Amino acid sequence: MKFEEIAQTAKEEWDALQASAKPSIVVGTATCGRAAGAMEVMEALRNELKEREIEANIMETGCFGLCDAEPLITIKGPGGPSVWYRNVTPEMAGKLVEEHIVKGSPVAEHALGAAGDGQVDGLTAMSDLPMLKFQVRRILFNCGVVDPSNINHYIATGGYQALNKVVSGMSPEDIIDEITRSGLRGLGGAGFPVGRKWDSCRRVPSDVRYVVCNADEGDPGAFQDRSVLEGDPYSVVEGMTIAGYAIGAQKGYIYVRAEYPLAVERLENATAQAKEKGLMGKNILGSGFDFDLEIFQGAGAFVCGESTALVLSIEGKRGMPKPLPRPRTTEVGLWDMPTLLNNVKSYSIVPWILTKGADQFASLGTERCKGTAVFSLTGKMANCGLIEVPMGTTLRQIIYDIGGGIPKGKAFKAVQTGGPSGGCLPAELLDTQVDFDKLTAAGAIMGSGGMVVMDEDTCMVDVARYFLDFTQKESCGECSLCRLGTLQMLQTLEAIVAGEGDPDDIDMLLELGEAIKTGSICGLGQSAPNPALTTIRYFRHEYEAHIHEKKCPARVCKDLISYVISADKCKACMICLRECPVDAIRGAKKEVHVIDQDKCIRCGVCMSVCPERFGAVECIPGRLTEADNA
Amino acid sequence: MEDHLAEILSTHTGRRSELIPILQEAQEKFGYLSDDVIAEVAEFTHVPESTVFGVASFYTQFRFVPQGRNLISVCRGTACHVRGAPMILDEVSRQLSIEDGGTTPDLEYTLETVACIGCCALAPCLTVNGKVEAKLNPKKVKDLLAKEKANEV
Repeated sequence: MKFEEIAQTAKEEWDALQASAKPSIVVGTATCGRAAGAMEVMEALRNELKEREIEANIMETGCFGLCDAEPLITIKGPGGPSVWYRNVTPEMAGKLVEEHIVKGSPVAEHALGAAGDGQVDGLTAMSDLPMLKFQVRRILFNCGVVDPSNINHYIATGGYQALNKVVSGMSPEDIIDEITRSGLRGLGGAGFPVGRKWDSCRRVPSDVRYVVCNADEGDPGAFQDRSVLEGDPYSVVEGMTIAGYAIGAQKGYIYVRAEYPLAVERLENATAQAKEKGLMGKNILGSGFDFDLEIFQGAGAFVCGESTALVLSIEGKRGMPKPLPRPRTTEVGLWDMPTLLNNVKSYSIVPWILTKGADQFASLGTERCKGTAVFSLTGKMANCGLIEVPMGTTLRQIIYDIGGGIPKGKAFKAVQTGGPSGGCLPAELLDTQVDFDKLTAAGAIMGSGGMVVMDEDTCMVDVARYFLDFTQKESCGECSLCRLGTLQMLQTLEAIVAGEGDPDDIDMLLELGEAIKTGSICGLGQSAPNPALTTIRYFRHEYEAHIHEKKCPARVCKDLISYVISADKCKACMICLRECPVDAIRGAKKEVHVIDQDKCIRCGVCMSVCPERFGAVECIPGRLTEADNA
Repeated sequence: MEDHLAEILSTHTGRRSELIPILQEAQEKFGYLSDDVIAEVAEFTHVPESTVFGVASFYTQFRFVPQGRNLISVCRGTACHVRGAPMILDEVSRQLSIEDGGTTPDLEYTLETVACIGCCALAPCLTVNGKVEAKLNPKKVKDLLAKEKANEV
């Protein structure tokens, strides 16, 4: 079939859906939406519609990025604007159907905003929401908008135009030139120029080449690749197909975490549909170009994000990075063949670049980093979510304008970018622009795009310990400095948070950290010390408080805090006394409760059960003993 | 068991690159990788047993002991961590008297930590047999497990 015919069919289906006389309900059912209960909400809505004998179009979509609003649904007319409802529960389904669909009056109290034709009194336009207003959605263009299991939706919104353009007249050199001119840099974190990588892979003489997509998003606290795979899988598939055409490969692999079952399902569906339409497989769109994709589920190893390790993993081996000196993966990769390895987002933006042009892509960004960046914004944030902003946006704009700042009136302390390989930046650096070079210069990295915000209640020593614990476990053991050094750093940090730190520890951590960075062959070891090094650089006083004063100023480290009950606020209600797992609380009815400091295990149960209106349990820095109670 | 494994193997050709997918399918079926399964997979893929075990033990997904009937996975992602995940893990551990990675002697519960469940806005969270329990504190964990245990009987 010709592409024009495929596109026409897709457009007809999409237009019919938009113009449908039936009411429409769109439910965000990505992993995050499901975790919040989206499937139950969808079921409840179906039941309510059935009871009233209303026929409606119910569509599932991917993640729209507004995590705090999940489950998030959209209800539309017929006619009138679409209204977005936030935090929908199955119990609300009846009311929403009755009021909005039957009576035609949107339920303002549950609405997040409205979009489309006409305005609804009292509702904000979606495009004016702070969380969305400052974003530029290119990579996330389709996420949360189309049905990610229907290729016609993708095609109708512009998908596969790029592949069609490529196979019907662009030479591989033209494609690579366009990508190079766009200035796109690898969005997996390292920021290597994509065009140059494609070009060097193409130039290696070989009959067989491979295209591989790194979707092994192992950074705890990052979920942007998953969201793209779940919300817009076709863009990744199309991007990889184009890459195959450009470098001369006929086979591709998507290396995706087995922990992402929905992403795997969507990808399998996407490749099957692409094949059905003749957009993958033999003789794509009659061009004579063959390309096939296979999905490989990663079995859980952070180090497999490293290219040589990932390749070995697909070959069925232990994912240990190849020793130096080694040729690049673009020269000797999968089964020793030249292999192009890019991240999910790098492939997914390729169709956009080839459709709209390199110049338009490069119109956003900083001098050396073009386009946009996607971040998973989480932690102590008013609005958590998945966001896309132009390169060069400042951390302050992201955290305050988009994220809405720190909740509960707490003070900002640090922002962590790049996960276990990244660093923590303090308030003084909030005006740092996000791009590959500027974040690296500040001591953090762009990394995979995790951005975790920390407030005054986050202990930076504990954060360093947390990341070292992660990297130490994930170290493959190949380089002794990484294998033994990360363990030594971890044990030192554990001693510090346990109140057993030595004054020399800080210098030792710095020295060892530098040694691990220089003495490791892969990115994991080279970056593992970063969280410790940056927290020492910017929050040295917290280390000193742990070591010298035996106090955790942020009241996190269990051995360096105490729980106390304020005699003024305690209403002697007996709740904490009953709930304490170690019977460390004394008192009786009408007798103020006291915590036995020697028995207390600092589990925090008393604080979580003390009724909020009393707020009598307090956590303080430093370790009290029974003698202090006397 | 042999029948089931044979069924899995019949969909593969025995190439080395199929090793990890085969192990994944076997674990999906049996819940863990027993010595017998490893031996048979080794024979099928023509690699030594030690190599199969070496590959399997490299990846966190694979287990070599049976798992409890109920799986509790506590998220240790960064967002959960800064919002109190260690307290949540401690409380689950205390309530079930098992450590991270452990299984109760009656094979009722297995406790594990996972890198990130991926619902950071709901932090701190855990899953019980895949169902997410969100925005936890120690008290909620205690109540949740009391409810779970009551359902068991």
